Amino acid sequence: MKTTNAGPGIALRLAPALTVAVLILPVVAGVAGVALPAFGYLPALGGDTFSLDPWRALMAMPGLRQSVSLSFTSALVTAFCSFALVQLFVAAWSGTRVFSLMQRALSPLLSVPHAAAAFALAFLFAPSGWIMRLLSPWATGFDRPPDVLVIHDPAGLAMMAGLIAKETPFLFLMTLAALPQLPVLRLGQVTSSFGYGRLAGFFKVILPLLYPQIRLPILAVIAYASSVVDVAMILGPTRPAPLAVQLTRWMSDPDLSLRFTACAGAMLQLGVTAAAIACWLAGERIVVATGRRWLTGGRRLARDGAARLAVAIMTFTLVCAMALGLVVLVLWSVSGFWPFPDALPPTMTLQSWVRALPQAANSILTTLWLGLAAVAAALVLTMACLEREVRTQQKPARSALGLVYVPLLVPQVAFLFGLQFLLLTAGIGTNAAALAFAHFLFVLPYVFLSLGEPWRAWDPRYGRVAASFGAHPSRIFWRIRLPMLSGAVLTAATVGFAVSVGQYLPTLLIGGGRFSTITTEAVALASGGNRRLISVYALLQTALPFAGFALALAIPAILFRNRRAMRTGA
Amino acid sequence: MLRAISATFLTLLLSVCASRAQEPDPGDWTALLAQAKGETVYFHAWGGEPRINAYIGWVGDEVAKRYGITLKQVKVDDTANVVSRVLAEKAAGQTTKGSVDLVWINGENFAAMKARGLLLKDGWADKLPNWKYVDVAGKPTVTKDFTVPTDGLEAPWGMAQLVFMYDTARTSKPPRSMAALLDWARDHPGRFTYPQPPDFHGSTFLKQALYELAPDPARLLSPASDEDFETVTGPLFAYLDKLHPLMWRSGRAFPQNSSAMRQRLADNETDIAFTFNPAGASNAIANGELPDTVRTYVLDGGTIGNTHFVAIPFNATAPAGAMVVADFLMSPEAQARKQDPDVWGDPTVLDVDRLPAADKARFDELDLGIATLDPQDLGETLPEPHPSWIPKLEQAWATRYGIE
Repeated sequence: MKTTNAGPGIALRLAPALTVAVLILPVVAGVAGVALPAFGYLPALGGDTFSLDPWRALMAMPGLRQSVSLSFTSALVTAFCSFALVQLFVAAWSGTRVFSLMQRALSPLLSVPHAAAAFALAFLFAPSGWIMRLLSPWATGFDRPPDVLVIHDPAGLAMMAGLIAKETPFLFLMTLAALPQLPVLRLGQVTSSFGYGRLAGFFKVILPLLYPQIRLPILAVIAYASSVVDVAMILGPTRPAPLAVQLTRWMSDPDLSLRFTACAGAMLQLGVTAAAIACWLAGERIVVATGRRWLTGGRRLARDGAARLAVAIMTFTLVCAMALGLVVLVLWSVSGFWPFPDALPPTMTLQSWVRALPQAANSILTTLWLGLAAVAAALVLTMACLEREVRTQQKPARSALGLVYVPLLVPQVAFLFGLQFLLLTAGIGTNAAALAFAHFLFVLPYVFLSLGEPWRAWDPRYGRVAASFGAHPSRIFWRIRLPMLSGAVLTAATVGFAVSVGQYLPTLLIGGGRFSTITTEAVALASGGNRRLISVYALLQTALPFAGFALALAIPAILFRNRRAMRTGA
Repeated sequence: MLRAISATFLTLLLSVCASRAQEPDPGDWTALLAQAKGETVYFHAWGGEPRINAYIGWVGDEVAKRYGITLKQVKVDDTANVVSRVLAEKAAGQTTKGSVDLVWINGENFAAMKARGLLLKDGWADKLPNWKYVDVAGKPTVTKDFTVPTDGLEAPWGMAQLVFMYDTARTSKPPRSMAALLDWARDHPGRFTYPQPPDFHGSTFLKQALYELAPDPARLLSPASDEDFETVTGPLFAYLDKLHPLMWRSGRAFPQNSSAMRQRLADNETDIAFTFNPAGASNAIANGELPDTVRTYVLDGGTIGNTHFVAIPFNATAPAGAMVVADFLMSPEAQARKQDPDVWGDPTVLDVDRLPAADKARFDELDLGIATLDPQDLGETLPEPHPSWIPKLEQAWATRYGIE
């Protein structure tokens, strides 16, 4: 990166275009690979002509309407609840000890994979779950579990609760990343000096400034929740299941002609996700249009103590549920047979760990290099794009930037089959590079998501001072910007790494089974339904990203042990 | 000059011949072994049971020692993903060097792969050396996979039969027929469930019930047709209409697969579950997944049984090595070890009585485990209905019960 003051080098200038190309081409090709069979074209299965038959077959599927409306509503409800909870909590408690406590609980919560969290919550709240076991029979009188429908409820409440429990920490992290750019403290002082309550002050003054920065993460949550498969299978309704679950089943039905229906379903899924996002955006407009009077109406809402307490209780409940869930995973991983209503397993053994660890060692190594490779590539590209933005002082068009998030917004099922097909046709087959590339596709948007705002928020005056001493832009980058942003870079890397660890379908489909990661092992073993093994692997899956988060916190602390301001910054 | 040309020609000819010889011929076993030596065989097999994975690990050690073959198990959660993989490779025109060398398969997945030309073209399984011990006469499903002729395109690996599990600590007399099950459910509401079709075990429950309830069970062995589907399945759905309200969660929710169903039994949410592995209950007890008071039983009219196989995709990279592994899986030694409940407990496909004395002794020594029925107590084995019944049954089920 040799650059002069005249402008950024060619590598930097091309970075955004390159980023968009490596992201969009596979997604577009992948979606096309699904769109063609959706209209009847897949010669390997005898589909030589285009037709609407797959769509007719799809429309004739029993319960399709219910599946679609489940996916649609659960996406919006999940996003709204997580968003509201995070904003309420930030409004009510930022700058307090409760807040920093929650910040500390964040990384473990983020590290638990979705499926593991869903499994843990299912085991907590099921009629035969741990809570019921703790209360039975002395409090409830039950010596066998009551026959009530809690998990798999038809309205999908259990599924939404599970999703909210996982998405709230994610949105909290994204909010935390955005907050330092706003003069929260000063604005808070101003609003309270005008007599506004904490909550009212936040929602009237800070949220309007904050919202644009967390909007994309919210849309990502909508997209994720509208197309989630694993959580939906563990907690969601079954008669019928949400659309993504249904189409994953068709995709893996032994009757291969159902693949056409599945592809049409994947296109429909794309539409459902788009509709949910559009609905949210329309909601934004409505809030903006109707909110003005409330904003300027002058109501102070100063007595919000009860509301603040309620928010704290809700957040605390959520954190507790997840924490108890982790305890449950640990208990199951060492339990022998554990009958209802025993509060603890009557026999405990380390057998599951002893058996699993030697086997897991290899998968852990694969997970590590795969994640590190994907994260490294994503970091380089992201930083190159951001550097170009800073050096040219050109804000890229919003739409161009939005393209980075396309892999997050397009449901995985809708393009993985097509992507696999594309790689095979290109003769790339199954090698480590192709697999790392597939992981990179999903890692990059998250890295961009978590690094973009801190990067742009970096005070340019540091750069100007350095430049006035004659420093080249690249020197400024290496000696000033990168060290100062190292905390943010590490956080982004960790988030990206966690995303890579969690990938199942891409690893299986693109890796052709040549590469077993901790997650492919976990999913394969989970199909056997042994709770001990599921727990062991869920904990291993949690441990890797958690170690990453811990490192991300520890490295700046060690690196900058002599520079107090750097340790707290970023 | 002429010499050089003829030498080149000869080399070309030889290399053509050599590439011909690459197509493995199980008829010439010595040549096949030579070809297989040094190959790496990717065996795509369901990875949900550590015991089975460990057994495959043992097979890997043995074929490495004996034949110089590296066996790698690709643990999958669903065989259909393997079918997808091979299908994608075919669609992309990848006719050699495919990623799957051997796949654990049966039933619908086999029928689909066979029909779509996704398997090695010529039959090979019945030409393997250990085929001679396979119990073709006594176990007709080793050559008819869900009524579809195997034509040597897959080698039998193990036997399965539907057995029911119950906890003797809670249930004294489990119901031994579909009619008895309905009566039992009236007395014990909320204590029975089955996995939601199209889960494999859920669909199996429908087929099992259909054998007892259909006017003419023999009809199930030929392809399903729209004409008499109503007549054949009418009694089944009338039965389910009565059973569902008496089931777990009043039939409003179903377990998603057989392991979830077994977990309900372990959690004391239900009293009965079923499995295709006759040793499944014994294994689960040993794993701490079920209480040691669980036992198994079969229905009076017999239960559905089938065979599971290994097959080689059309574009396998190491077909010779795959055949050698398939043959080793069928060997009396590997089969006896597989039937040991401490290892796996999967019943053999061989005719034990025809084995050489030393091999027979390996089987006679086995203790099948506390919850496993002796082979003679497994009762009558009902053949799997023709695969065409499955999608129709699943569709009809989804239409009636798939929507809240």
